[in-house]
Amino acid sequence: MGVAAPELRRLDVTGCAIEYSERGKGRPLLFLHPGHPSGRVDPGARVFELLAENARVIAPTHPGFGATAAPAHLTNVDDLAYLYLDLMEAMNLRDCAVVGVGFGGWIAAEMAVKNCQRMSHLVLANSVGIKAGDRETRDIADIYAVTDKQLAELVYADVKAMMRDPKSLPESELIMMARSREATGRYGWTPYLHDPKLKQRLHRVQVPALVLWGETDRVVTPDYGRAFAAAIPGARFAAIAGAGHFPHLEQPYDFAARIKDFVEETGFVKEIGR
Amino acid sequence: MRVFQFTEQPYPDAWNDHNGSLRVNLPNRKLDPVHAADLFHRYYDEWQLADELGLDIMLNEHHATATCMSAAVVIGLSVLSRITKRARLLVLGYPIANRPDPLRAAEELATIDVISRGRLEMGFVRGVPQEVPIANLNPVFQSERFWEAHDFIMKALTSHDEPFNWESANFQYRQVNVWPRCYQQPHPPVWSTTGSTQTARKLGTYGYVMATLGTGYDTRRLYDAYRRGFSEARGGAAAPADRFAYLGLVAVGRTEEEARRRGELIASYPRSSSIVFMPFRNPPGYLSVEDNVRMLKGEGKPRSYTKDGRVVEMATGSVQDLIDAGVLFCGTPDQVYDQIVDFVEHCGGMGNLLMMGHAGPMSHEDTVENLTLFAKEVFPRLKELRQPEPVAAAAQ
Repeated sequence: MGVAAPELRRLDVTGCAIEYSERGKGRPLLFLHPGHPSGRVDPGARVFELLAENARVIAPTHPGFGATAAPAHLTNVDDLAYLYLDLMEAMNLRDCAVVGVGFGGWIAAEMAVKNCQRMSHLVLANSVGIKAGDRETRDIADIYAVTDKQLAELVYADVKAMMRDPKSLPESELIMMARSREATGRYGWTPYLHDPKLKQRLHRVQVPALVLWGETDRVVTPDYGRAFAAAIPGARFAAIAGAGHFPHLEQPYDFAARIKDFVEETGFVKEIGR
Repeated sequence: MRVFQFTEQPYPDAWNDHNGSLRVNLPNRKLDPVHAADLFHRYYDEWQLADELGLDIMLNEHHATATCMSAAVVIGLSVLSRITKRARLLVLGYPIANRPDPLRAAEELATIDVISRGRLEMGFVRGVPQEVPIANLNPVFQSERFWEAHDFIMKALTSHDEPFNWESANFQYRQVNVWPRCYQQPHPPVWSTTGSTQTARKLGTYGYVMATLGTGYDTRRLYDAYRRGFSEARGGAAAPADRFAYLGLVAVGRTEEEARRRGELIASYPRSSSIVFMPFRNPPGYLSVEDNVRMLKGEGKPRSYTKDGRVVEMATGSVQDLIDAGVLFCGTPDQVYDQIVDFVEHCGGMGNLLMMGHAGPMSHEDTVENLTLFAKEVFPRLKELRQPEPVAAAAQ
């Protein structure tokens, strides 16, 4: 503990500059961050320190979020999924656990249905991305139809501890917030934060999968998480108490421990795709 | 100068019980369809009167709102194409970036032009932010989609020899062939609106008629940006006054007192139009990151300025504030004429007044009187008004 946060690095992948942080040693773990209202990588966040105790954690900022620009041709989550598959290849990552939270979980799931070759495990936490209910069921709360305060109540278990008053933040943070809000809309406006085809493709996930769920989440409820898990062959579902849509921020110890245990229990033997 | 009579075709009876939002999420049970029918017929009657009085006509559309019942502007255009005789029919605007099918838009516009025997003025707009949640097309790419829809519609309206192909990420067509083709050749005049100098300059390069709304005594900045674009694209030629339009609220009375009373009624438009649940006013990507940062800091974005630089909030300003800001032209015919002339001079020329001569709860009698007084006592002088000499790009 108390190790200084690593500097952000840059890597060019198929003509797109990706900013990422890296820390820890061992098997790689690709962490895909959520969208608005937490759409960025804070390399100093406790969760990265904890995950890095057992893995080489690579945490990119999705193009358009943070300080990076989105090239014009990146317009949907498919594009991001291919970009990160290309990134895994460019960095020659093997036996890589892919962990995504919220919007990042959607990207991770889209990667897994395309190509699991470099992947060892898939962890989806409070992931959006599928259409679970019928056409008149709003599976995913409309984060653009609520005030900031209402949004905080949807996403956090402990609003008081987590919600920050924008007026108290430096300009650089406000820019990140504004960019994250826009970028989430860029990739997820319609169909709203899901791909109508994803659910029927989840049978293609060929690695052990864990679906983690901050149990107070009101953007996507635990029932949505169970439906997600049910569509992935052999996937486990586990709820995290005291957390909402961002369990990696509200319960970083529990979050990291569950991932560590899951990886240890399921191991790295993989027959398929070699 | 040309003058276009405009009303948003409001349903003001629902304005007193809205729980903070007149748009997007105001339940439609608050509208009585029998009363709505009366209102529509009344508004069409008033436009017929405008036609008879020698005024032109402007229509628009908004969605899911008690401020404007015209949800599909092509319907009003269709009715007026048939029941008016001479007025130009300006649609300002047609929100083409919010329509998934620009071919349908091209077909509608061409047909209106034919039925009206060439009276259509074709305004394309990006649309206000609160339209986005209804249209549900991605607001981040709205501007890009707007210009592509524009390119497509213009090609569709001006291609006459064989069907053409259009396949992009936004729109896919394999047989584009618009029947009937436009009455006005090569196409009806094109208009657009903006509040940004960047877009103003671009509109200038196209030479389209550019309209602004609520910009008051800050309008010159936008016009000058247009002038630069116009002049750069035409070897230094100056943009004539007929390339500029301004939406002004107009309340005329035989006495100042009567005019002020009508001014209060007309002011219900700026006072009501911003009553929208806040999140619907800021879909992602509609405003820039810089504007969003300003909003996060709690800083507002003032819209209107008086001649001496005082900021006026359109939604809360008094009638006098709105007059000072050049948002409302209000008074006796002489006063209104003087206010408009003063504004035209500020603009360095402005050839199209988009006159909001009815708003909110203004009665039929008041509207008829307002239009008639304007048409008989103010308009004849405006028609004769000598516009300032066009300048290529005014000194800053």
